[in-house]
Amino acid sequence: MAAAARGYSGVWRRAWQRAVACNARGGAVLAGKSGLAPWVPVVGLEIHAQISSNSKLFSGSQVQFAAPPNSLVSFFDASLPGTLPSHQNGSSAVVQKLLTGVLNRRCVEAAVMTGLALNCSINKKSLFDRKHYFYADLPAGYQITQQRVPIAVNGSLSYSLCIDNKMSQMVTKTVRIKQIQLEQDSGKSLHDDTRSQTLVDLNRAGVGLMEVVMEPDMCCGEEAAAAVRELQLILQTLGSSQAVMAEGQLRVDANVSVHHPGEHYGVRTEVKNINSIRFLAKAVDYEIERQIEELENGGTILNETRAFDSKLGCTVPMRDKEGKQDYRFMPEPNLPPLILYDAKSLPANMNHQQVVNIDWIHERLPDLPSVKRAKLVEQYGILPEHSFTLLVLAELWKGEGKTPLEIVKEKKLELIQDQKELEQICQAVIDGQENEVMAIKAGNRKVLNKLIGLVQRETQGRSNPVLVKQLLEKKLSE
Amino acid sequence: ALKGGSPFQVSAALKEGRVTPTELCQKCLSLIKSTKFLNAYITVAEETALKQAEESEKRYGRGQPLGVLDGIPVAVKDNFNAAGIETTCASKMLKGYISPYNATVVQKLLDQGAVLLGKTNLDEFAMGSGSTDGIFGPVRNPWSYSRQYKEKSVPKSHSQEDEESNWVITGGSSGGSAAAVSSFTCFAALGSDTGGSTRNPAAHCGVVGLKPTYGLISRHGLIPLVNSMDVPGILTRCVDDAAVVLGTLAGHDPKDSTTIQDNFKPFDLPNLTDVSKLSIGIPKEYHAPGLSSEILSLWSKAADLFKNAGAKVIEVSLPHTRYSIVCYHVLCTAEVASNMARFDGLEYGHRSDMNKSTESMYAATRREGFNDVVRGRILSGNYFLLKQNYENYFIKAQKVRRLIANDFVKVFGSGVDILLTPTTLSDAVPYMEFIKEDNRTRSAQDDILTQAANMAGLPAINVPTGLSERGLPVGLQFIGQSFQEKQLLTVAKWFEKQVKFPMIQLEVKRHDHGAFQHQKSASFS
Repeated sequence: MAAAARGYSGVWRRAWQRAVACNARGGAVLAGKSGLAPWVPVVGLEIHAQISSNSKLFSGSQVQFAAPPNSLVSFFDASLPGTLPSHQNGSSAVVQKLLTGVLNRRCVEAAVMTGLALNCSINKKSLFDRKHYFYADLPAGYQITQQRVPIAVNGSLSYSLCIDNKMSQMVTKTVRIKQIQLEQDSGKSLHDDTRSQTLVDLNRAGVGLMEVVMEPDMCCGEEAAAAVRELQLILQTLGSSQAVMAEGQLRVDANVSVHHPGEHYGVRTEVKNINSIRFLAKAVDYEIERQIEELENGGTILNETRAFDSKLGCTVPMRDKEGKQDYRFMPEPNLPPLILYDAKSLPANMNHQQVVNIDWIHERLPDLPSVKRAKLVEQYGILPEHSFTLLVLAELWKGEGKTPLEIVKEKKLELIQDQKELEQICQAVIDGQENEVMAIKAGNRKVLNKLIGLVQRETQGRSNPVLVKQLLEKKLSE
Repeated sequence: ALKGGSPFQVSAALKEGRVTPTELCQKCLSLIKSTKFLNAYITVAEETALKQAEESEKRYGRGQPLGVLDGIPVAVKDNFNAAGIETTCASKMLKGYISPYNATVVQKLLDQGAVLLGKTNLDEFAMGSGSTDGIFGPVRNPWSYSRQYKEKSVPKSHSQEDEESNWVITGGSSGGSAAAVSSFTCFAALGSDTGGSTRNPAAHCGVVGLKPTYGLISRHGLIPLVNSMDVPGILTRCVDDAAVVLGTLAGHDPKDSTTIQDNFKPFDLPNLTDVSKLSIGIPKEYHAPGLSSEILSLWSKAADLFKNAGAKVIEVSLPHTRYSIVCYHVLCTAEVASNMARFDGLEYGHRSDMNKSTESMYAATRREGFNDVVRGRILSGNYFLLKQNYENYFIKAQKVRRLIANDFVKVFGSGVDILLTPTTLSDAVPYMEFIKEDNRTRSAQDDILTQAANMAGLPAINVPTGLSERGLPVGLQFIGQSFQEKQLLTVAKWFEKQVKFPMIQLEVKRHDHGAFQHQKSASFS
């Protein structure tokens, strides 16, 4: 264990260094071991966002967080034989007639809104498929998803991150959105190893999800984290998902690979079990570093699924995902194609209540976060980075009942309290700045400020400069 | 409730008080006991049936019957969910499984006051063409015990052993329902039809078997075999009865997204007298290898019947017919593999004692719960759905399916109204002979004439036509155009009237007293 920890911390040190290099250049090329060719890390994301709705995607069961186990399960959710996907939410007969009755209308609207907000083309006809695998929390032995023709494709998401040591230089990046698909969530299973049993709760089985697939346009943990944060803001602004990772409403899997510039993309691994945006950045950076080390030592990367271990700060192979899964995709025979309309194709005798009208939804989209920030900058002449802060205040004003502390935590704005973490960062900076360290030891104290600045940048301004100075001085005197 | 029309026999008798729902129910229950050896029923719901009969009686007493079906005893194939009653699909996997809900079609029957006598026997999970491969054993064709069959087929010695070993199958997979209707234990029964599973046993048991257009009747609550081909099937003793039951069951169901949205209007069947405007198509490909000369002759006579009555009878071609069995095999097994994935022992049904790991529990449960027919289809289906095979098998089969469906579109588009074909290749074979070949071989042979209609989603009906040389029923099939059940049934009814299929002379010792005499009233309508 200790040896492993030492090994991991070695990887971590290098990860921080490379991350520093990644940010400094604002680009995507990491230096190889001395004398070796540089590496281009490639990061893509698969994000599952739970749709904010009162009932499930294909059944009328209620959706509610933390309800008693198996209390929100219809016959269809439990996959009782003979049940079919449909949507009966018990609303009045009049409204019933107007709804499609096939699937949850609210879920469709949420997906359309999200697709429009992400500049996607909305497919007016999309299809449902079955994805087969056996697992205790998947009662039917398959998930209903959209593999062939999803509801939205070919969009983009712009996000900002700051390069440089002060939060004074923001750069805007874009990640392409490959597609958004509607699909069912699975239930939850808890492994009770002491009693050798698995406890299954199907409350979540069948809840509507939007899977947002981001193309591998990102290059490091910070970019991945920034992209997800922006997506979170967008989803919350639209109201299509509450997107709180801690409550499982937003789940992120990362696809990571590395290659030499000019060469083909390398073998990629999938990293799962990432429970916060902070861990996302860590997991991605660790995995990039692990792959580089592996390859520089003459090893190979397996096309495997790995789990992020938040305690150890590393990724480990997932035992039960060995071997490639063949999901045996098949069209879902019980669901007709999902047809959406726009102003042009809307039949004369139907109004917006009876069908989902893309244009009608488009007209009613709220201002997205990027638009709000731009407006603030323009109207008040403030710096872009301050607009991020103001948005937090704006959310406070909304009076959602979140305390400033909660918002700060959610948006990752608080100071790093973990001394060990700060020490690690300080050590990493010291290790990476040989010349500067020599200068300081030779008596040039001013150079210490540069180190402090580097630590500040590394922590994105979230470290107390006084404490950092103390830590650095302590280490340098050792 | 249906509108008037001509008075219906048993229904009229109930209305007029000549017989009460309770008496009718008791009579049927008693007959079920007397014919227990047929093994047509898996579960007899005696208590609830009598309660339903009592309620019906009260309604008749008030002069307020719910409709024509009020008080009429019916039976339902055991792959339909019926609340509070065991639904087994004749499989160990669901033995002891009590449904918590009614299939839509069951609910509709109950809402009309029908009396649910019980659940009928079938091939396990409806996979088979003999009703021989379920855990409760094979169903026996009531005609095995008919005077007609005994006179022609059973050796002169008439010994018990001979009778025992000479009985013939019902066909399948809805054999229990067909036998129940054929032996008078109920007036109508529900089956299911995926490749011919209602029409095939109907032909062998001498009853009317209707396969409606796909999307006309809800599948909610029907435990699926092939979601894109399954339909609930209707078995009755005459075409008029089938029309009545159809009127009760058809129509959009929000719980089944594959049902059509259009409003369905129940119809009364006109008494067709003039067939001169009719165009009957005789598809030459249905002169299939293995078709018995008897049936060929009967088919030919039927064509002449129409011709002589003034109808236009022409030979047509459905060129892709010969690919339908292979195509069906791929699509059916693929959907089966998918539909059976839910049977893992966790939420319901059989669960193995093996508990070393979830995987081993799944594997043991499924090995123990499914017979080899089901397991074979699951393995085949998963093979066809593998990424490397999907294009060559599943997609290819879907394309061929489109071609098969287009064959019918072309023929109907050329002015043909109805197709006339045989339903089966021969009359019912003795059980001992049937089991010499395996399920897959038998299914491939027996489905050949019925299965294309499922591929194309078209309505089709078996009408009992005559008796074979062995004294067993032979039926002919009419295939109609999508959602043109009224026309299909009208023609079928005309034909039924012409051929005057003989009533079964069932020789069975009655449960309560003496030898059984064949009933005069066969139909309820």
